[in-house]
Amino acid sequence: MATTVDVPARDVARPPTPPRRLGTLVLLLALVVAAALASIAIGSRSIGLPEVWGALLDPPLDTDEAVIVRELRLPRTALGLMVGAALGLAGGLMQGHTRNPLGDPGLLGVTAGASLAVVLAISVLGISTPAGYVWFAFAGALAGTVLVYGIGSAGPGGATPVTLALAGAALSALLYALVRAILVSDEQTLDSFRFWVVGSLAGRDASVAWQVAPFLALGLVLALVNAPALNLLGLGEDVARGLGQRIWLARAVGLAAITLLCGAATAACGPIAFVGLVVPHAVRALTGPDHRWLLPCSALAGAALLLVADVIGRVVAHPGELQVGIVLALVGAPFFVALVRRRKTVAL
Amino acid sequence: MSVAAPARPEPAAGPVRAGRPVRVGPVSGLLRWRDVAVPAVAFAVLVLAAALSIGRGDYPIGLGEVLRTLVGLGEQTQEFVVLQLRAPRVVVGALVGLALGVSGALFQTFARNPLAAPDTLGITTGASVGAVAAIVLSGGTSTGAILGGLGVPVAALLGALATGALLFGLAWRTGIDGYRLVLVGIALWSVGAALVDWLLTRAEIHDAASAYVWITGSLNARTWDDVVPLGLAVAVLLPLALAAGRVLGVLQFGDDTARGLGVRLTGAQTAVVLLAVCLVAFAVSAAGPITFVALVVPQIAVRLTGGSRPPLLAAGLLGALLVVGADLVTRTVLPQALPVGILTAVIGAPYLLWLLVRGRRRSTV
Repeated sequence: MATTVDVPARDVARPPTPPRRLGTLVLLLALVVAAALASIAIGSRSIGLPEVWGALLDPPLDTDEAVIVRELRLPRTALGLMVGAALGLAGGLMQGHTRNPLGDPGLLGVTAGASLAVVLAISVLGISTPAGYVWFAFAGALAGTVLVYGIGSAGPGGATPVTLALAGAALSALLYALVRAILVSDEQTLDSFRFWVVGSLAGRDASVAWQVAPFLALGLVLALVNAPALNLLGLGEDVARGLGQRIWLARAVGLAAITLLCGAATAACGPIAFVGLVVPHAVRALTGPDHRWLLPCSALAGAALLLVADVIGRVVAHPGELQVGIVLALVGAPFFVALVRRRKTVAL
Repeated sequence: MSVAAPARPEPAAGPVRAGRPVRVGPVSGLLRWRDVAVPAVAFAVLVLAAALSIGRGDYPIGLGEVLRTLVGLGEQTQEFVVLQLRAPRVVVGALVGLALGVSGALFQTFARNPLAAPDTLGITTGASVGAVAAIVLSGGTSTGAILGGLGVPVAALLGALATGALLFGLAWRTGIDGYRLVLVGIALWSVGAALVDWLLTRAEIHDAASAYVWITGSLNARTWDDVVPLGLAVAVLLPLALAAGRVLGVLQFGDDTARGLGVRLTGAQTAVVLLAVCLVAFAVSAAGPITFVALVVPQIAVRLTGGSRPPLLAAGLLGALLVVGADLVTRTVLPQALPVGILTAVIGAPYLLWLLVRGRRRSTV
C-alpha cells in the first residue's frame, strides 16, 4: 500500500551512517548476551554467576544449582532466544511485504490457524500439555498461511500488499470465529486454552526447542536471503520488476520464511504478538529502512526483548511467574510509545 | 491544395463517467448512482431482516403482522411481544452495526490504512479490559467491587473512552499524524490484549467463561434501557460524522494539500478521531466488541460503491445489516444459539474474500 505513508519530508530521519548501523548491531549483540546470562542466573532460586559458569563448563557437576541451570534454565533461555529472534525477523519481513505498519506476522493467518488447531487438539483429542500442542499448532499455522496466500493471490492483481493484508485479516477473523464458537460452549477447553493463548516459555523442556529448531534455522536463512529483494519491492512492484526482480519468487521466499519462523515460534510458546509487531518499528528508527540491516537487528532485538521480559516475569511474581506475553506488552508498550513520540518516525 | 483539418482525438473507448454533477444551494458535488443505490438497497434489506428477526421466536409472528404492529395497528399481545421483548434486541443490533461501520470507515480514511479500525487500534480492546475486569474482579478487590458496582456496560464504556483518550493524547504532537496514530494504537492494543488474557487466566473458570461470551459480542437479553444511551449517541454523532465526510475526502489528498485547500487540519483531524472513538465506545458498551464489523465492513462497502474511500453511510448501513442478519441466522438456522459476534465473521469474511478474489479494481485505502 504505497499511499499509507505520507510523512512530510522534514519528519523523515536521515539514513544512519554505516558505522552507526554497525554500532547498533554490536550493541544489540551485547544486549542479547547479557540478557541470556541474566536469564540463566535469575529465577525463583537465585544462582550466582560463578555457579552458573561451573554448571555450564563442568558437566559432571550435579549439585542442585547445576541441575537447575542445565536442565531447566538453559533450555528455556535457548528457546527464548530462538523464539524472540524468529518473531522479530518475521515481523520485519511481514511489514516489508505488506508495507503496512499494522502487519504483524499473525496477520498471515499463522496465529489464527495455530489457535484453531490447538483448540481442536484440546477439545477433540483431549491433549493438554504445551509440548503436546507443538505439532498441531505448527500444522495449523501452515494451513492458515497457505489459505491466506492462496486467496490473497487469486485476485486479478496477484498478491499485492493490500489484498494480502485484507485476505489475512478476513481469514483470521473467520478462523477466530470458529475458535470462539467452540470455546463459548466448552468451558473445559477454554480452561486449557486460556493458558496457551497468553504465550509463555514456562513448562517447555529441551525437546520442544529441538523440535522447532530446524524450522527456525531454515526460516532464518530464507529471511536473510530475502532481504535485498525486499528492498527492491519497497520501491514498488513495477520498479522492482524493471530492475530484474522476480516478484513472485521474492514473495514466495518471504512468505515461506514468515510461515516457518512465526509458525514454529507460535507452536513452541503460543501466540506472542508484541515482538513481531513492535520490534521492527523500534529497530527501524535505529537502522533505517534497509532490510539487510533491519532484519538481523530485529532478530537480535527480539531475542533480547523476549529474554528480558521473561526474566522480569519471573522476578515480579516471585515465587510464581507472570507469562512472558503479558510482561512484554506491559513493559514494552510504554517504551514503544515513548520512542514513537520522541523519534522521527521512519516510515515503511 | 487544401490542408485537412487536424483530426480531433477520438474520445476514450468506454464511458469513464465519474458521476453526475449536482448543485444544491452552496453545496455541489458529484453524484454517482452507486453511492445512492448501495445504501438504499442495504437499508431496504435491513428493514426486511429486522422484521423477519422480530417475527422469529417461540411465538412466531408473520412478516405482515410485525410491520402492522410496528406502525401501531397490531393486537395487544403482539404489541407486547414485538415492542417490549423483541424490538430492543434488533434495534441494539442495528445501531451497533451502524456505529461500528461508520467508526471503521472514519478510522480507515483518516489513517489511510485498510487495517486501521477500533479493533486493531485498541479501543475495543480497552472496552474489553473494563468489562472483563468488572466481571472477573467484582468479588475480590475493592477496585473490582467498584467496577462491578458500575455494571459491565459502564465499565466497558469507560474502558473504551479511556483508551480513546490515551490514543488521542499519546498520538498528539502539534497535531495528529495518521501514521503515529496507528503506531500508538498498536501499543495500546497489545497492552489491552495482554491485560484481557491475564485477567482470564486469573479468573475462576465460570467467570472466565462468561467474560469470554462478552468478549465475543452478544445481543442476548437487551432491553430499551440498553437502546437509550446508544440511540442518543448515534443520533448526535452520526450527523456530525456524515458532515465530516466532505472534509475526509480532502484529507485523503494528504495533509499539505488539505491545508492548501483551506481545511483547518488540526480541528478536522481532532473531530474525526473523537467522533470515531465515541461511536465505537457506545456501540461496544451496548453489545460487546462484535469484532470484525468495523474492520471489514468499510472494505466491503468501498468495493460495492466503487469509490476511492470507504463511504460512511453505506458502511454504516451494511454494518447494521451484517449484525442484524447474523443475529437472525444465529437464532433461526443454527441448532444452538451462538453469540452474534461469531456469525458476523462467519458471514462477512467469506464475502470479503470473494470480493477480493473477484475484484476488478484495487483500492488505495
